[in-house]
Parts: sequence; C-alpha cells; structure tokens
Amino acid sequence: MSTQTPLLELSGIHAAYDRIEVLFDVNLVVNEGSVVALLGPNGAGKTTLLKVACGLMSPISGDVLYAGKRVNGTRPEELARRGISMVPEGRGVFPNLSVRENLKMMTYTGVPLSQIEEIAFGRFPRLAERSRQLAGTMSGGEQQMLAMARGLATNPAVLILDELSMGLAPIIVEELYEIVAQVARSGVSILVVEQFASSVLGVADRAAIMVHGRIVRDGTPAELESELSHAYLGNQQESSGGEL
Amino acid sequence: MDKFLTFTIVGLSTGAIYAIIASGLVLTYTTTGIFNFAQGAIGMLCAFAFWQMYIAWEWPLWLALLLSLLVLAPLIGAFIDTAIMRGLEDTTEVTRLVVSIGLLVGLIGLANWIWKPGVSRNVPAFFSGHYFSLADTRVTGQQLATIAVAVIVALSLWLFLRLTRTGVAMRAVVDDRALASLNGARPNRVSMLAWAMGCTLAGIGGILIVPNVALDAGTLSLLIVNAYAAAIIGRLRSLPLTFLGALILGCTEAYLSGYLKSTPNLAGLRLAAPAILLFIVLLVIPTSRLRGRRQSREFFPMPSWSGTFVFAGCVVFSGVVLATTLSNSDAVTYGRIFAVGILALSLVPLVGFAGQISLATLSFAGIGALVFGHLGAGGNPLALVLAFVIPAAVGALIALPALRLSGIYLALGTAGFAVALDRWIFNLADFNIGPVHISLFELGSTEVAPLNIFGYSFNTPSRQMVLVSVAFAVLSIAVVGVRRSAYGRRLLAMKSSEAACATLGLNLVGTKLTVFALSAGISGVGGAILGTQLRSISPQNFDFVSGLPVLLLTVVGGIGAVGGALFAGVSLMGILPLLALLGVFFANVAGLLPGIAGVGLGRNPNGSIHDIRDGFEPIIRYRPAIIWLAIVIPAVWILRLAGIYGNAVFFPLLVLSPVVAVIFATLKIGGVEQTPTVEEIPLEWKGFIEPWKESDLIELDAALGINEVSIHVAP
Repeated sequence: MSTQTPLLELSGIHAAYDRIEVLFDVNLVVNEGSVVALLGPNGAGKTTLLKVACGLMSPISGDVLYAGKRVNGTRPEELARRGISMVPEGRGVFPNLSVRENLKMMTYTGVPLSQIEEIAFGRFPRLAERSRQLAGTMSGGEQQMLAMARGLATNPAVLILDELSMGLAPIIVEELYEIVAQVARSGVSILVVEQFASSVLGVADRAAIMVHGRIVRDGTPAELESELSHAYLGNQQESSGGEL
Repeated sequence: MDKFLTFTIVGLSTGAIYAIIASGLVLTYTTTGIFNFAQGAIGMLCAFAFWQMYIAWEWPLWLALLLSLLVLAPLIGAFIDTAIMRGLEDTTEVTRLVVSIGLLVGLIGLANWIWKPGVSRNVPAFFSGHYFSLADTRVTGQQLATIAVAVIVALSLWLFLRLTRTGVAMRAVVDDRALASLNGARPNRVSMLAWAMGCTLAGIGGILIVPNVALDAGTLSLLIVNAYAAAIIGRLRSLPLTFLGALILGCTEAYLSGYLKSTPNLAGLRLAAPAILLFIVLLVIPTSRLRGRRQSREFFPMPSWSGTFVFAGCVVFSGVVLATTLSNSDAVTYGRIFAVGILALSLVPLVGFAGQISLATLSFAGIGALVFGHLGAGGNPLALVLAFVIPAAVGALIALPALRLSGIYLALGTAGFAVALDRWIFNLADFNIGPVHISLFELGSTEVAPLNIFGYSFNTPSRQMVLVSVAFAVLSIAVVGVRRSAYGRRLLAMKSSEAACATLGLNLVGTKLTVFALSAGISGVGGAILGTQLRSISPQNFDFVSGLPVLLLTVVGGIGAVGGALFAGVSLMGILPLLALLGVFFANVAGLLPGIAGVGLGRNPNGSIHDIRDGFEPIIRYRPAIIWLAIVIPAVWILRLAGIYGNAVFFPLLVLSPVVAVIFATLKIGGVEQTPTVEEIPLEWKGFIEPWKESDLIELDAALGINEVSIHVAP
C-alpha cells in the first residue's frame, strides 16, 4: 500500500523550550500510506517532534513539509483541517464533554457529524453505547478509544499517535494496535510514537530511534529491533553482563 | 398573602437581573477560566452609554439598545479578550483575578471621567404605564419584561452551549485549548466570542437595572457582588443552578426589605444579605480536591538579608527626609504612603508566599483601627499589640471555615466577609456579648488617639511620618524573615502544590490558619497606624472597594516581595495624589492608572519591582556610583534644610540624583549584565542547553576534581 512519495517531511528540525534546545537537526519522512514508528527513551524529544509536526510548536530552524508544501508556523487548526490528525499523549479527550460532543468537535475539519459517528461507532461500538456519557467518566481504555475514534473519524491523510499505550492494560493496547494495523491497511499514513517498542514494531513499515534529541538510527523494524536495548539503556547492558 | 406575592414578584424581577449578569459571569468563567470581577463594571458602562444615547441625545430606544448591546458590549468583550486576557497564559489565579480587578477599577475610572459623578441621571422604567394583574397584585411592564428576558437568555444560552458546535467548542476550549485546535477549532475566536457574549449579558443586566437604582459607576459595578453569590450557587458551571440561585437571592432581598423592621442594625443586614449568602454558599458547596502543581511563569527570588537591611534603611531615611521637608498638610497627605504600605505588606506572606487570595485586607485594618481607637486611650502602645492580636484572631476565625476553599472561591469568601463587615457589622450600634461591651464605629465615626511611647506623643504629621516609616521597615524585615525561614518555605511549597505538601505530611490547615492570622495581624497594625494618622475613622475608610486597589497595586508592584508593598503605598498615596494636583485631566488619568497597571499585569506577572531593581543594577555593580549617591542625597537634603532652596527644587534634585548615578554607572560599566552565552553556560546547565557531550564530562570532572570517568554516555 505504501509508496515512496513523501507526505509529511521533517527536515533539519531544531526546536527549543525557551533557551533549552531539545531537538537537533532531526530528519524524518512519512511516505504516503506508510507507518513510521518513532521509538526512544523518556526525554528523547519524541513528543516535541510530534508537536512540531502538527503545528503545536514552531521549530527554531528546519522545515515541515506537508504534501510538498512548507507549513512551518501554520496553526494546528489549519493543519487539522488539511488532514493532519493527532491523538495526543495521555487521554486526548475533552473530559467535560459527552462522547457525542467530543466527536462533534471534529466537524471543524469539514466532515459532517453523521459521517464522523458512522466511522467512530463502526470501529468502536462501545462508544455508541456511551454516546451521552461524559468522556472524563469513562475508563482509561475507553477514553483512548474515543481519542483514536476522533482521530480516525475524519479520514485523515496523516494520523499522528502519541504513546497510545500509556497507562493501559496490555490487552487494551493490543486491541488498539490491531485497529492501527487496520487503519494502516486502508492507506492512511501513520506516524506513531511509542516507548513500548514491541507493540508498534509489528505494524510499522519503518522505524526510527531517537535519543537526546537526535535520530540515531532508522531502518526497517527488523533492522532496528536488535539495537533497541542499546538505545534505551546505553552501554549498561554490556557492563551488567547483558542481564536486565 | 398579597404582600407576599408583591415581594415575590419584586424579588423575581431583581433575581432575573442577577441571573442575567451571573450567567455572563459563568459563561466567561467556563469558557476562559477567568472569573471576571469587572462583569458589573461592563454592565455599568453599557448602562451609561445607553443613558447617553437614549436620554441625553434622545435617540430612539431601539437604536440605543442596539448600539449598547450589539455593538458596544461585544466590542468591549473582543477588546478585553485580545488586549488583556490572551496575555494571561501560565499566570497564577492571583494574577488573573487582579487583572479583572484592574479592569473593574479602570472602567469605574473611565466612567467617572466621561460622566461626572454627583450628577443625577435617571432612566425611566421600560413599558411604564403598562401593568398586568396577578391575583390582585400588580406586575409592572418592567418587571414582566425583565423576567421574560431572563427566561429567554437562560433558554437560549443553554441551547447554544449544548446544541451548537460553537457552544460545544467553547466548553472544549476550557477543557483543553491545544486539543481543541488539533480538532480544527479556532480557540482564539471561540474565546473572543465568549467574552463578547459575556459582556452583552452584562450589558443587558446593566440596562435592565438602571430604572431601579441610581446611575452611579461604583454602585452599579458592585451590584455584581450579588450576582457572585448566584454564580457560586451554580458552582461557576451550571447555568440552571445559577438562575435558581439568582432567583433565591432576589427573593431573599425582597423579603428582607419587606418584612424586616426598619431599625439601623437590620437595615445593614438587608444590604449585606447577598454577601452573607455568598459566604454561606461557599461553606456548603462541595470542595474540589487538593490542587496539584500548576505551571506558572511567575517567580520571586529569595530576598537577601543585606538587600533587605539596605531597603529598610532607605525607607526610614525617606521617612525622615519627607518629615523634615514637607509642610504639615503635605505630611498628612503623603504620610499614608507607609501606612498603606503596611496594609500591602500584609498581603505579601498571604498572597505572595502562600498563594491564598484575600480581598478582606482593609476589613482587618478596620478591626485593628477600632481596637486601637477604643483600647489605646492616650495612645498606649500596648494597644498596638492588641491591634495585631485581635484581627489575627478574627482572621484565623474567618480562615477556619474558609480553609476548605482555594483560589477564586477563597477570594469570593473573603469578599463576602469584607462586604458583610462594611455594609452591616461596622454600622452596628454598641452591643454586649455576655459581660463584654463591644463598641464599633458608634454609628458614625470613632476618634483614634496618636501613639504615645514613654511620654513622647506622635501627635504631629511629621512625627507620625517617621514612626510609620520605621514600622514599615521593621515589618518588612519581619516579612523577609518569614520568607527565609522554614515556615516561609512551607508557604511556598503549599502555593506550588497543596497535593504534594499533603503527601509529604505538611499540616495544611495549620499553615493556612497561621498565615491568615499573620496577615490579618499585620493589616490590623497597619489599620491602627492609619487610624492614628486619620484621627477620626469611619466605616467608609475600610470598605471592600477601597481595599481592591491595595491588592491590585501590590500585585502590580510584585506580590512576592516587600518592595511590591512599598510600590503599592507610593503609587496609591504618593503618585496618584500628586497627579491629581496637576489638574482635572491628570486627576482623571490618576483614576484610570491603577486599572491600566492592573490589566497590563499579564505582560509582567512578576511585578514592576524587579524591573525597577534591574534599572538600578548598574549602581549596585559600580561602587563609585553608590558613594556618589551617599554623598549627594544627604547634601541635597542638608541644603534644603538650610533653606537654600524650596521643595520645588529639592524633590526634582532628589529624583534626578539616582537617575544621574544610573546613567553614569551605565556609561562606565555598560548597562545590565548580559545573559551568558552558550560558551559561558554554568556547569550545572551543561546537558540542558545542548546535548550532553563527552567534552562536558571531562570539563565537569576537571571542575569537580574527579580524575576517574565513571559514567558512560550513549553515542
């Protein structure tokens, strides 16, 4: 399904929080229809890179290209309307709005509510049962489903997922990644950040490892799998005799 | 029964107005997270504009209504949102509250500038001459229209927020602004619309109420206190409960007016009823959980002892200089700089260190003044101790029920207490509690004797000036002592995260209680000293509204530093009266300035005092400039005392001396210290400004004298 045409391209990205620079010359390409996994330990800069990709943060230098056009400084709402959909870290829902109202928020992208509900409730039937319930009162897994449903419901060109597994039971994570795989098969480009590599490498076409604000390695999931522990733990593994 | 129905209808129509204003308050709070103290003032401005067009210029009613409600009010809302509120991201609740208090004070100043106070302005009742009968009770057209408007507003608002996409987006923006924009909503536009609608609702309330009350900027702006209680009943979230609360409030007021006997003691109770109700509601509504850490860009550095003693020395020296150079009448006017400074100082530990908002500073000052007035016969200094202890005890007593509150709820609780005190308690006749005879303002004013220490009476304005400056200096040192102590660290920790403090085993109740008592005690001393300067005190000296600029200007100056308190005193009692002397235009500007300073706070939430200190940085770093100042200022003063020149030359010279010293020092050493470049980054910053490198490790080891490299770095 995936092609070699870049849809979302981050090139030479430097980003900083006030004076503290956290991304250094980061290059990452998401081709049309491909799933790219971004892996790395805490504090590597993965979420910051996603914020730059979806317009929540402006890079201090470098380019963000979407469908070949430079979109640096474009507001996140504009990018959302142009087809970049992001499911942020944590529970990406509005806790004081009902499930239906959460979905209604996506109509700003121009897709009618009926279509949004059809897609969302089709993929996650449990949400249909709880359409009147306040999102903040649902379980963590259900909230993540709602966040995913909202992300998918507008048929985005690029879906950005940040730490889907955070705070969820393994069985729910498996369920969610099964849906990610289905979405990927339908041709949506996906950029997914995950700390727990095993969940995501099964669905990714390519993966990149980020450490200390730089991409230190990229390649196919098979190529990267053996290098992951080194990236996360430095040389500790060798020094402790390979036992964890 | 007829009477009851009449009172009920009056109550419902008054409640309907409160409901409209309170719903605007709830709308802006739920959609922007900002409690708008200026909601009433916006309604007041719309009411004045309506009067101007409809009565003064005799424009048609529909045109005046259209322009006031659909043009002016939304424009005010859009202006508030874009120019003021957007700068408030990552600021504390105190700053947000103070900005809206600034807006309140500024709008009253603006209205008083455009429409001179003291002139009688009336708006006739709407639909006058039209009546409707309900079980032999006459309902006026105005009353019916008011209730109908409230019902329409309630229904349309509810439907708007529930059913329309923009309404849902308004609620979504409060939940998560960034997420709303990731959904394609435009949060800035949504907030602007919320402010525009909130202001229109304030305008409707303002215009509906003017046929019933005098068109006075202050009175109209503060009708909002009544609406606060309604909004709190709705827990600042629920519109139906807010409406219900407003109706209960309106009816309570009407029944109290109708059924209570007209004795002086009970007249005050009627006026204070909404405030008392507000206080009671705050005590019974379910509390929120302990607050966790909140991101804020506000930072107050730890004051040094050396800097504090220099500051205290400068304060006393200024007091002596002013006492020896000002005429008696000027010493009376400007002598209050330090007394108001002490009141402001009381806010520093409470609001600045502990993050608890209190709007009742002046009430405690009033209690202190009363204590000293009644118990300090002949100026007995021991009464000053009581002027600390009694307000501190009352402060602790008030804090006890208020402890469960925080943030805006605590601010409103203290506001309720302050209003109840100045509208009712302060106006009570003498009474007995058991064997104790309590005497307050004796239904008018009370005399306060000047302080007398070991036979030396501080009975002239200049003596008082020196005394008060010394008191301010001593209390400043004490407040800095609090900040530097373990207790001060506890206060700061509590401000940063109550939840974290609770998990560490910190006694939150005890800490809050003591800081409230400490603050109320300092206010009491300030009030007592202010009383000795005023000689005769009345409830008006200590009313709720007069206390707002003190908090406002202390926050503008820097609520976490004793310098901020002096800033408040100098601004309120020094610069503003001085400006007013320059003519009508400047007097009007003086009325607006505190408001403008307050609304500009979002740009600089740390307060002006840090900028002022930065301005003097070159002098601090260049010793010859300090020596020059230490010679020139006393010399200029001595020449003034010798009668070589008058105050017209002396004060400009006094102000110019440090300015010249700053310029001189800047030329010599080159301005404010530069922020370090990446090459000069301190060692502890390595790894933050840029990624950790092997060379950093070597550099760090060298600096720490470590030879063996024991940490391995990932490539």
